[in-house]
Amino acid sequence: MEILLQQIINGLTLGSVYALVALGYTMVYGIIGLINFAHGEVVMIGAMVSLSVITALVGAQTSLPVVVVILAGLFVAILVCMTIAYGMEKVAYRPLRKAPRLAPLITAIGMSIVLQNVALIVWGRNYRTFPTIIHPTPYDIFGATMTDLQMFIVALAALLMAALLFVVQRTRLGMAMRATAQNPQVAGLMGIDINVVISAAFVIGAALAAVAGLMVMTYYGIAHYYMGFLLGLKAFTAAVLGGIGNLAGAMLGGILLGIIEALGAGYIGDVSNLCGFPWLSDSLHEQCAANEGQVSMFGSNYQDVFAFFVLILVLIFRPSGLLGERVAERA
Amino acid sequence: MSSHRPRHVPPKVWAAVALVAAALALLPFVAALAGQAWVRILNFAMIYTMLALGLNIVVGFAGLLDLGYIAFYAVGAYVYALLASPHFGIHLPFWMILPLGAGLACIFGVLLGAPTLKLRGDYLAIVTLGFGEIIRIFLNNLNAPVNISNGPQGINLIDPFRIGSLSLARPEVILGVQFSGPQKYYYLLLLLTIGVIVVNIRLQNSRLGRAWEAIREDEVAAKAMGINTRNVKLLAFAMGASFGGIAGAIFSATQQFVSPESFGLFESVIVLSMVVLGGMGNIPGVILGAIMLTMLPEVLRYTMEPLQLALFGRVLLDAETVRLLVFGLALVAIMLYRPAGLWPSAVRKRELETPKAAPG
Repeated sequence: MEILLQQIINGLTLGSVYALVALGYTMVYGIIGLINFAHGEVVMIGAMVSLSVITALVGAQTSLPVVVVILAGLFVAILVCMTIAYGMEKVAYRPLRKAPRLAPLITAIGMSIVLQNVALIVWGRNYRTFPTIIHPTPYDIFGATMTDLQMFIVALAALLMAALLFVVQRTRLGMAMRATAQNPQVAGLMGIDINVVISAAFVIGAALAAVAGLMVMTYYGIAHYYMGFLLGLKAFTAAVLGGIGNLAGAMLGGILLGIIEALGAGYIGDVSNLCGFPWLSDSLHEQCAANEGQVSMFGSNYQDVFAFFVLILVLIFRPSGLLGERVAERA
Repeated sequence: MSSHRPRHVPPKVWAAVALVAAALALLPFVAALAGQAWVRILNFAMIYTMLALGLNIVVGFAGLLDLGYIAFYAVGAYVYALLASPHFGIHLPFWMILPLGAGLACIFGVLLGAPTLKLRGDYLAIVTLGFGEIIRIFLNNLNAPVNISNGPQGINLIDPFRIGSLSLARPEVILGVQFSGPQKYYYLLLLLTIGVIVVNIRLQNSRLGRAWEAIREDEVAAKAMGINTRNVKLLAFAMGASFGGIAGAIFSATQQFVSPESFGLFESVIVLSMVVLGGMGNIPGVILGAIMLTMLPEVLRYTMEPLQLALFGRVLLDAETVRLLVFGLALVAIMLYRPAGLWPSAVRKRELETPKAAPG
């Protein structure tokens, strides 16, 4: 039972990060129908920039409190990510708004390669470690442990999602975004500057991505120029799982994906334990004896498979995602 | 496009065909002047051409966005690797494995296609992407407790292509001309590539090809016209996949080594880029895209260091990084200037020229 709760806590933490990244995908998709392939790289840049700023501040031996150091890193990361996303939209996506649908997908892939290699040039090929300035305190929750860092990540993610929902549902900008998502032409005729709305979607998504980047970086304690790829892929999966273009769906999809992954990784070893089937092969018996009755067909190294497996299953039975209403008619 | 063909082929055309054939036959020797590496690059260009043409069936003809295409390539490659290497001690001949690889890839294509038939556009893209990753993760991890794929180390010492005593891996003197291993593979690949191209052209102009095009343009209308959209879409997946499987088996035989690393999402994305960049649905365009995107990184590999030396007097950046950077920028630039691809099909071009009311 403790293991179950522990995996759910771990999954919730990671899922919150997925959800923040997924929001960036889903906002852009909802408005212009583009899979912004480079969004994962924006998360990576956010992690790298904040890491660099924090490392520099720690190295400078300033007497600033830890919170200020981290906030400074976050602030710079958000600024950089927003600038990159704004520039990217303007250079690589805006000119192609009326082009065949796959053209912006290819430029997005191109931008992703460019960002990755720029990061490689700036930060090098090695893993960068986060300086040990925070010391997560574990708390006991019904036998499982949750650190204050995990709590903070989940809480901050929830807060940001609430703020985003407020912006989209209650402000003029949000109304403009929803209108543009429904019909860009008519929204334009109503006096909405579509370019501003689209830029806003990219920039807000990038800010969330920067926060997510900082979160993953502090959680795992490392950052790498290639980390954005799989993270982006999972987050996009989460967005599709929830119903792409739907904000609440992205949040739900992210958290679900995190939990499914954690549970899958935690239990697959037991589920696929071959020692219950000694008739399979003769050597199995010896292997089981040597490994305390635990020889699994699939180990936790299959963690990444779950995300995609669940996704495929969900889409077969609910082709437009869990919360998606609109069936994408663009082929 | 003229509806009737001239029955009599003018001698000029024959001369042109002969010229192209001679050029293609001499190409590996010209490339060898710059080093055997370039012959290998030519071979890769042809493998990628086959892959891109296979993906073109799914994406270009039938309009189904597939981001996991490389999985079929992997299936073909591993089928050959497992059935012709010391790994299991099985050494079947190439011609026996090739249909097996193509067939298994085809089965995988149907397996992927069947449950995803009702998905459209981007949902399909993400499911295929997931499928591709699943295959790669399995290849990476199926080495314990039972060793099937040999895990991340991959499979080594794969048999080269052989006919009787003639092995394509060794250099040899045939009719007084020195042939290197890659040069011999070149001719095999050329033969297969031409075969794949011919099949593709015939497919495009067939009843099935027109059905694919109809589905791409408007699935509901196609269905109303009596096209069995389910079967036709499945056929697109199956045929695209079998070409991927063939290309994979040949890749395995040429490289004599496979590992899961060669079958990541990035490879899928590159093959898709070849199709889109060249001109979706247009066979010459796709071939052009495949050749360009295989050549470009290689050309950059050899030019980036001297270029930096000439410009700045020293090597500022690692050549490998710069070449990928420039590659990414080139993808963006080409799409910005030619949104329909370098050599778009006539239908696509017409669509672009007549402005539509609704945005893409």
